[in-house]
Amino acid sequence: MLELKNICFSADGKEILKNINLTIDDAKFIVITGPNGSGKSTLAKIIAGIITPDSGQILLDGQDITELGITERARAGISFAFQQPVRFKGVTVKDLITLASGQELSTADACQYLAEVGMCAKDYIDREVNSSLSGGELKRIEIATVMARKTKLTLFDEPEAGIDLWSFQNLINVFEKMHEEIQGSIMIISHQERILDIADQVVLLSAGEVKQIGTKEEVLPGLFGMETGCRYFMGGNK
Amino acid sequence: MLNDIVKNLLQEVSGMMNIPTTGAFNIRNNGKSEGRHSTENIDIVPKADGTGLDIYVKPFTKNEDVHIPALITQDGVKEVVYNDFHIGEGAEITIIAGCGIHNCGCDDSVHEGIHRFFVGKNAKIVYLEKHIGEGDGNGKRIINPQTHIEAEENAYVEMDTVQLKGVDSTKRISSAVLKDGATIVIKEKIMTHGEQYAETSFDVNLDGTGSSAKLISRSVARDNSRQLFRSKINGNAECYGHSECDAIIMDNGVVAAEPEITANHVDASLIHEAAIGKIAGDQLTKLMTLGLTEKEAEAQIINGFLK
Repeated sequence: MLELKNICFSADGKEILKNINLTIDDAKFIVITGPNGSGKSTLAKIIAGIITPDSGQILLDGQDITELGITERARAGISFAFQQPVRFKGVTVKDLITLASGQELSTADACQYLAEVGMCAKDYIDREVNSSLSGGELKRIEIATVMARKTKLTLFDEPEAGIDLWSFQNLINVFEKMHEEIQGSIMIISHQERILDIADQVVLLSAGEVKQIGTKEEVLPGLFGMETGCRYFMGGNK
Repeated sequence: MLNDIVKNLLQEVSGMMNIPTTGAFNIRNNGKSEGRHSTENIDIVPKADGTGLDIYVKPFTKNEDVHIPALITQDGVKEVVYNDFHIGEGAEITIIAGCGIHNCGCDDSVHEGIHRFFVGKNAKIVYLEKHIGEGDGNGKRIINPQTHIEAEENAYVEMDTVQLKGVDSTKRISSAVLKDGATIVIKEKIMTHGEQYAETSFDVNLDGTGSSAKLISRSVARDNSRQLFRSKINGNAECYGHSECDAIIMDNGVVAAEPEITANHVDASLIHEAAIGKIAGDQLTKLMTLGLTEKEAEAQIINGFLK
């Protein structure tokens, strides 16, 4: 269980997150939604330890992890799929999946993760994770990487962005399968209605505050009242 | 009989465990040949004045290797070696060269290897060159290789050069002249530590129609080491040239890149890319989110970069 208590964060004199209180129960599928600039990505980075909050407390299974760095949090069971995956010259797809799994993997094992995200493994397993890969390919590799970690909490920052050539339904299947197999919690930052559809709980963030927590049906009316500023908002990209 | 120091160095440089009994090779140690063997298709002939070797590869020779490692295991040895490779038309071979210096003494050891390649029509060669320095003496380990290539029509030359440890100072000079349809691919990997200095200079003339050159340099400069990358590509015909210098700097390392591309023909297409900088912060962050420490992430990035 992850608990965020009174999390505040400011940057450049602007309050990005204001007193966030949120609990993510075990094995839950949570979607964080809200307009651009509402603080969603910042919240995910605070959970992963990439950003340090100004104040507040983060507990993972009752243990205070507020002071832990990125590495310690990763080892404690938190995974984070970046919104914009990082490129590496010379590091192969297999290297990355092997590092993620934390153990020696056979090529067949590593390929399994790629197959899950709809990639023909033999075409990709020895490729470098560099600019020769498209944004969509990198995004799917990023998802395969966090799947290989099998942690109790996995954060996805806008996983649907750039998944243009792969069917959206496959992405949904990946999340459902992952949720079922790992029995961990999944927290997804998304604007996509179809991702909201499969959530146990939807958290609406606006202007750095939690506006509403509930089912999709409960939260959706509140969502429509906002200026989204995003052309993909609500059911785009289907 | 080789002693252990020579054996280890030989293995590091060329992959050979001992003096082989078959294949084409010459093992040079402290200026003398420790073993030489020619084959039916590859003839290794010492130059009359004792300054090096002529290596003759018969036309259409396939699937053969030539090993010509040069070792220095005494301090104070300073040598200049001239090896000329005459590659016959249509031959396809791999040449494994390289130099290892083990210096436990206080005098500098210097190897200057000047290799010339005359590559016949349609021939295809892969040239592997590894440079290593070791030993804890105060004498410097200095390796200055030169590679000069003349590639005939449709010849293909790939040169892979690696220097990852122990060489105090190196100046590498490479040049190539390419005729119609000839291709050259040069891949260089360098890591410098301490007070080391490494300089690379490529000078390529794309004289032939449809000729192409690709120069790829990846380097890491740590501690107080310094590197200079110079590349010069002249496009003198309808041709394609691409040079790419990627460097990671750490600590007080310094890397300079001086690219020069000149199109002397309207159909010459030439590109240079250079990127120098420290390891990107988001790369470290990403690997740390996989559970690596910052140091482990750094090592992983460097290993991949120089792989």
